Amino acid sequence: MTKFTRRDFIKAVSAASALPLIGASAQAAEPLKVGFIFLGPVGDYGWTWAHNKGRLELEAALGGAVKTTYVENVKEDASAVPILRDLARQGNKLIFATSFGYMDQVLEVAKEFPDVKFEHCTGFKRAANVSTYNSRFHEGRAVTGTIAGKVSKSGVIGYLGSFKIPEVVMGVNAFTLAAQAVNPKIQTKLVMIDSWFDPAKETAATETLANLGADVIATHTDSPAPLQYAQKKGVFGFGQGADMSKFAPKAHLTAIEDIWGPHYIARAKAAIDGSWKSEDSWDGIKEGAVKVSAYNASLPQDVQDAANKIIEGYKAGSYDVFTGPIYDQAGTLKVKAGEKLGLGDLATIDWYVKGIQSA
Amino acid sequence: MTLTFIIDVLVTIIGITTPILLAASGELVVEKSGVINLGVEGMMLVGTIAGFAVTFETGNPWLGILVAMLAGAGAATIFAVLVLSLGANQVATGLALTIFGIGLSSLIGSNYVGIAIDPVESPFPPALANESFWRIIFGHSPFVYFAIILVLAIGWFINKTRAGLVLRAVGENDLSAHSIGYPVIAIRYAAVAFGGAIAGIAGADFSMVISPLWAEQMTAGRGWIALALVVFAGWRAGRLLAGAYFFGVLMALELYAKASGHAIFPSQFWAAMPYLIAVIVLALISSRDGKDGKAPACLGKPFIPNG
Repeated sequence: MTKFTRRDFIKAVSAASALPLIGASAQAAEPLKVGFIFLGPVGDYGWTWAHNKGRLELEAALGGAVKTTYVENVKEDASAVPILRDLARQGNKLIFATSFGYMDQVLEVAKEFPDVKFEHCTGFKRAANVSTYNSRFHEGRAVTGTIAGKVSKSGVIGYLGSFKIPEVVMGVNAFTLAAQAVNPKIQTKLVMIDSWFDPAKETAATETLANLGADVIATHTDSPAPLQYAQKKGVFGFGQGADMSKFAPKAHLTAIEDIWGPHYIARAKAAIDGSWKSEDSWDGIKEGAVKVSAYNASLPQDVQDAANKIIEGYKAGSYDVFTGPIYDQAGTLKVKAGEKLGLGDLATIDWYVKGIQSA
Repeated sequence: MTLTFIIDVLVTIIGITTPILLAASGELVVEKSGVINLGVEGMMLVGTIAGFAVTFETGNPWLGILVAMLAGAGAATIFAVLVLSLGANQVATGLALTIFGIGLSSLIGSNYVGIAIDPVESPFPPALANESFWRIIFGHSPFVYFAIILVLAIGWFINKTRAGLVLRAVGENDLSAHSIGYPVIAIRYAAVAFGGAIAGIAGADFSMVISPLWAEQMTAGRGWIALALVVFAGWRAGRLLAGAYFFGVLMALELYAKASGHAIFPSQFWAAMPYLIAVIVLALISSRDGKDGKAPACLGKPFIPNG
């Protein structure tokens, strides 16, 4: 029995619409099979949801030239190995592993299939047929930090984090430095909830931050629950990973959107035309991998202008939130005036900047 | 520390305690009947999506709560058929029920991702519910009042009524209860279905009040804390209420300590603490003699008449 799902329908339609584009020269070519493994369910409305959106964009853009497969809810342990191996055996020639914890499993399977190209998201170990890719989300956090610094009346802003890992540390640092640039007195209260996804705890933590005086609260966890609480309480927040304005039309000032589609399209094209090489890519606002959503209409023009200036600065390469002087919490100078933290330093950062109150 | 702040903190505590208190109250009745249902998390998730979906489709939150209750009871009835009528292992079946609940709720919920509903508000007039002091009494969702009334009613039922005595008899000595003519299997069916209905309501609290949206596995393991709580409370309703609020205070303390910049303990220790305390209390209870805080004697054992 064949099941015809909505997904198949999208595939069929996008394949059909691409037909006239392929032309005579490509007619003989087999479609490139592209596999994905996802950490969460595609319905998480967060990390995996954004990756799956990138996969759908890839299908829409290349149509019949690619055929994609995905496996969701893949644990970051040894069970990822047989799944990766199966994808390779099924003829997938390009495989994306979309979470940090798949690092060694990808390298192990890549050794067995030298003609299959692997791409590992947020990792740092590469091989001849293994690339790594990531996004500079902290650029988006420099934009939201600028808005938070301008909007906060109490001078206290909140940051809801998951775990103390470099990605979150650079996020709260970028957010705080940008807020301090527009309001030097800003203090950031940081709470780590030891989870990426726990709407009840995220809500309680947002409530806690608001009760302790924070009037703008950014989230580095995955659910829209903090925004819903912010809306109820009359404070402000930002969408994480996707535009979440429909969850909190008043509280949602803007969002940082993860856009993986362009990377997937570029790499699939490279695999098709033979130009694919092992590399490390870390794209940001300039490349379109990190997008700032539409501003809330209530945001004053001067705040929007200040935020746009950061975006333009990143696009032009003239701005970097991690430009010195930067002090750590104890007041030690970590980055001298005029110097910058490089991507290498950020990839392993484990200290908070001055003005962050953390436990 | 102002009065307003203290009330704010209490509101946080009450909010995070309520779904755990509800789920644990339902499970208490189930375990009193001599059945252990480890599928609390799964039944909660079924209630989470049922309550959300029905409220979204009909705009009527009361209908949503009713369907969440029926959905939880329905999931529990599947469990009851397997363990009570077919004699399946209770622990294994309960775990399977959790996995089933996760899968079923995700399947139904796939059409409800990215949608929000209006949260269920206090049943009292806004003048009372939003008043700066009286909100501590009147400012909560109906789930909060229901949870407290329910656990007190369960305590009264178990200890003071004839029907409660029969329930305890079935849990303590099923063969004796059977020999004097009580329908052991039917009573256990009723207890399991009741536990499921209450777990369904507990689940609806997540998707209709705490964060009025649907997301896969949004209960994030609270069902397991509820199970631990029943043990922690020594199968007594009064202690269950106190224990649930003790867990709630710990969770709030963790967040306020971290947000104030005084962790007191490492973050991981905070996360492990509810479980750690449950283990310690369990060890203390089992090291003491007497009838205080003992598990029902037939807990987890299949009922085999004339066996």
